[in-house]
Amino acid sequence: MPTYVAHDESDYAPPTEVAEVELYHPKTFLGKYVWSQDAKIIAIQYGVTAIGVGVIALVLSWLMRLQLAYPNQFSFIDPSNYLQFVSMHGMIMVVYLLTALFLGGFGNYLIPLMVGARDMVFPYVNMLSYWVYLFAVLLLVASFFVPGGPTGAGWTLYPPQAILDGTPGASWGIILMLVSLAFFIIGFTMGGLNYVVTVLQARTRGMTLMRMPLTIWGIFMATILALLAFPALFVSAIMMILDLTLGTSFFMPAIVSKGQALSHDGGSPILFQHLFWFFGHPEVYIVALPAFGIVSDLIAVHARKNIFGYRMMVWAIVAIGGLSFIVWAHHMYVSGMNPYFGFFFATTTLIIAIPTAIKVYNWVLTLWRGDIHLSVPMLFAIGFIFTFVIGGLTGLFLGNVVVDLPLSDTMFVVAHFHMVMAIAPILVVFGAIYHWYPKITGRMLHDGMGKFHFWITFVGSYAIYYPMHYLGFMGVPRRYYAVTGTNFIPDSAHSLNVAITIAALVVGAAQVVFLYNLVRSYYRGAPSGGNPWNATSLEWQTPHTPPEHGNFGKELPVVYRWAYDYSVPGVRHDFIPQNVPPSEVPSGSWAKP
Amino acid sequence: MAPHEAVGTASGLPTPEGMQSIVADIGSDQRAFKNVPWGKPMMWIFLVSDTFIFGSFLISYMTVRMSTTVPWPNPSVVFSLEMFGENVPLLLIAIMTFVLISSSGTMALAVNYGYRRDRRTTFWLLIATAALGATFVGMQAFEWTKLIQEGVRPWGNPWGAAQFGSSFFMITGFHGTHVTIGVIFLVIVAVKVWRGDLDKQRPGFLTGRRGNYEIVETMGLYWHFVDLVWVFIFAFFYLW
Repeated sequence: MPTYVAHDESDYAPPTEVAEVELYHPKTFLGKYVWSQDAKIIAIQYGVTAIGVGVIALVLSWLMRLQLAYPNQFSFIDPSNYLQFVSMHGMIMVVYLLTALFLGGFGNYLIPLMVGARDMVFPYVNMLSYWVYLFAVLLLVASFFVPGGPTGAGWTLYPPQAILDGTPGASWGIILMLVSLAFFIIGFTMGGLNYVVTVLQARTRGMTLMRMPLTIWGIFMATILALLAFPALFVSAIMMILDLTLGTSFFMPAIVSKGQALSHDGGSPILFQHLFWFFGHPEVYIVALPAFGIVSDLIAVHARKNIFGYRMMVWAIVAIGGLSFIVWAHHMYVSGMNPYFGFFFATTTLIIAIPTAIKVYNWVLTLWRGDIHLSVPMLFAIGFIFTFVIGGLTGLFLGNVVVDLPLSDTMFVVAHFHMVMAIAPILVVFGAIYHWYPKITGRMLHDGMGKFHFWITFVGSYAIYYPMHYLGFMGVPRRYYAVTGTNFIPDSAHSLNVAITIAALVVGAAQVVFLYNLVRSYYRGAPSGGNPWNATSLEWQTPHTPPEHGNFGKELPVVYRWAYDYSVPGVRHDFIPQNVPPSEVPSGSWAKP
Repeated sequence: MAPHEAVGTASGLPTPEGMQSIVADIGSDQRAFKNVPWGKPMMWIFLVSDTFIFGSFLISYMTVRMSTTVPWPNPSVVFSLEMFGENVPLLLIAIMTFVLISSSGTMALAVNYGYRRDRRTTFWLLIATAALGATFVGMQAFEWTKLIQEGVRPWGNPWGAAQFGSSFFMITGFHGTHVTIGVIFLVIVAVKVWRGDLDKQRPGFLTGRRGNYEIVETMGLYWHFVDLVWVFIFAFFYLW
C-alpha cells in the first residue's frame, strides 16, 4: 500500500539561529498608532493612504469618462483639465495606489506574519518609509492647487512636451510630480530593504524559502524588481528637474516653439523613454507579481486544495521577474528608436508569456476538482484569472511590432493595460482585503455586500473595457479631449462611449458599497475568530486576532511543512497548519513516512 | 530539504543534488546568509539598488555625449591644472582619486580593529577615513569653483557641448553628496565607538536600537562602494 507523504513534511525542528529580538513596545498612544514602528500599523497607514489617494484617481476617471461620452457638455472640463485628469489618474493608480498598497500595505502586514517574524527587521526605517510616502502623496495632491494645476503630460511624462509651455502644469505641476516621485522612491527604498531582508534573514525555524506561501514569494520578487527599477525613474526625474530649472538639455533637442528657438540643444528625448520604461515595464510586474502570489493563496485556501506545481509557481515568479528587465522597449516601437531593437524586444516579450501561462495553467489546475467554496475572496480570485487572461492575450497582440504599429496610441492599448494591470490586480486587492480583513480587525466583512460588490465590479469592468478594444480597432485615439467631427469614427463609436461611461459610473459607485462595508464591518461585522477560512499559513495561527505587537506571543512558531496541506488524504481535518508537527497530525489511514 | 540531511536527522526526504542543493542551501530556514547581522544584507541590497542609480546616470551621460551634435570638450585640457607654469592634465583628479582610495584602506583597517574591539584605534581610523573623505569633497569643491570660474555652467560652457557641464555637475555632484553623507555617518559611528556605545549596547538616539561593532563593517561597505563608483566616474568622465 502506498504511503502518502505530505509535501515537504518533516519532523525535524532546526535549532534556533536567531536570537529573540527586543521589541521596544510602544508606551504612548502616539507611539502605538501614529509614529508606530509596528509593521501591522504601518501597513494599515499605507493601505488607508493608498486607498484614499486612489479614490481621488477614481473620481478623475469619472470626469474623463463624462467628457468622452458627452463632449462639450461640461463647462468645468476643458482640454487642459482633461489631460491633467488623464495624467494624474494614471500616475496615482499605478504608483501611489497599486505599488504602495501591494508592497507597503500587504507587504508590511503579511511578510512578518507569514514568515513567522516578530516584526520587520528595521522597524524605525519602516516607519520613516511610510512618512516619506505620505509626504510624496501630499506633494502630489498639492499639485492640484498650484498655479497651472497638475501636470497634463500623460502619466509617462515624456519630454520635451512635459516641460514645454503649452502643456498643462508645465511650470509648477510637473516639478511637484517629479519631486513627489523622487520622494516616493526614497520612501519605497526604505520599506523595500526591510521587506527583502525580512524575507531573507528573519524567517522562523523551519520556514525554508521553498515553504513560503506564494504571497510572500510574489511580494519578495516584486520588491527586488522595484529596488532595481525605481532607480531609473529616480535618475530620469532628477534629469528632467534639471532640464526644467537649470536649463540643461539632457532630454531636450533643439526646438522651435511659437516661432522662437529654445535655448535647449542636443539632448535625447528617447533617452528619457528608455529610462522611463526600464522602470515602467518592471513596474507592471511590481504590481502583478504580488497579485499572482496572493491569488495563488486565495485559490488554494478557498478550493481546499494544494497549489498545483508549487515549485513551478516559484520559478515562474523568478523568471518573470528576470525577464521583465529585458522587455522595456516594447513600449517604444513607434518612438523612433532603432527598428532592429523591435525584433529583440518582441521576442523577449513573447517569451515572458511562457512563465505567465504556466501560472495561469497552475491556477486553473488548482481549481480543477477542488472543493471550491464560492466565498467572496474566491470570486475575486476567479475573476482575476478571467481578466488577466484577456489582458494577457491582448498583450501578445501589442507585443508584436507589426500588430502594434496600427494599434499604438489607440483605445485598444487603454483596454489592454486596464484589463491586465488595473482590473486584474485590483480584483486581487479586493479579494485579499476580503480574505485578510478578519485577521486585521477580528471581524468578517459582510458577505452579501461583498458579493454585490464583486458582481458589479467584475461584470462592470468587462462592460467598460471589452467594448474599448473595438474602439481601438476603429482607430479611436487615446488621450484625445474629443473626437467629434471626424469622418473615420462612426456614430456607433460615440454611442459605445456613452455605454462605457455609464458602466464606469456604476462600477465606481459600487466601490462606495465596498468602503461602507469596510467601515460598517469594523464595528458590526460578525466576529471571525482566529482562522475563519481554515487556512494553513502562519498568520492565521497567531494567539491573538488581530495579532499583537510581536505577532506570535511568547514563542515563535516552528514550521514543519509547506503552506498548502489542504485536503491531505486520510487526515480528518481538511487542512494542516504549517506549524503542526507530524506527530500531532490527527491521523486516520495517513501513515508517517 | 538539504539542511535537515546535513545535520544528520532522518527526515525521509532525498538529499538534493546539483542546482537543487544550491537552492536548498540559500533557501534553508531562518537565514539565507548565515552568521551575518541584518544590517549587512540590507546594505548590500541597498548598494545594488544604488548601483542602478549610478549606472543610469553614467549610461545617460554616455547617451547624451553620443547624441549631441556639438563636439565634446577635451577632458585632458579641461581638467588640467597649472603647476610651475605647465599644464598638467588630470593632476587634481589623480590626487583626489588617491585620497579617496586611501580612505578605503583606513576604512578596511577600522573594520578590522572594530572586530578586535580596539576602541581607540577604530575611532582614529574612522576619523582618518572621514577626514580623507572630507578632503576629497573639499578638492571637488575646488574643482567645481575652478570650472565655474572658467565659465562652465550646467547649461553651457566655452568649449563645446552643453551636456558636458550638465552631466559633470550632476554626476560628480551626486557622487559628492554620497561622500558627504558617508562622512557624516562616519563621524556618527566614530563618536559611537569613542563613547563605547557599541560595547555597552547603548540604545541609539533616534531608533532606540542597540548598536554593535557590525555597524562599522556596514558603514565600510557603503564607503567602499562610494570609492568604487568614483573609479567608474573617473574612467568614464576623465579618461574617455
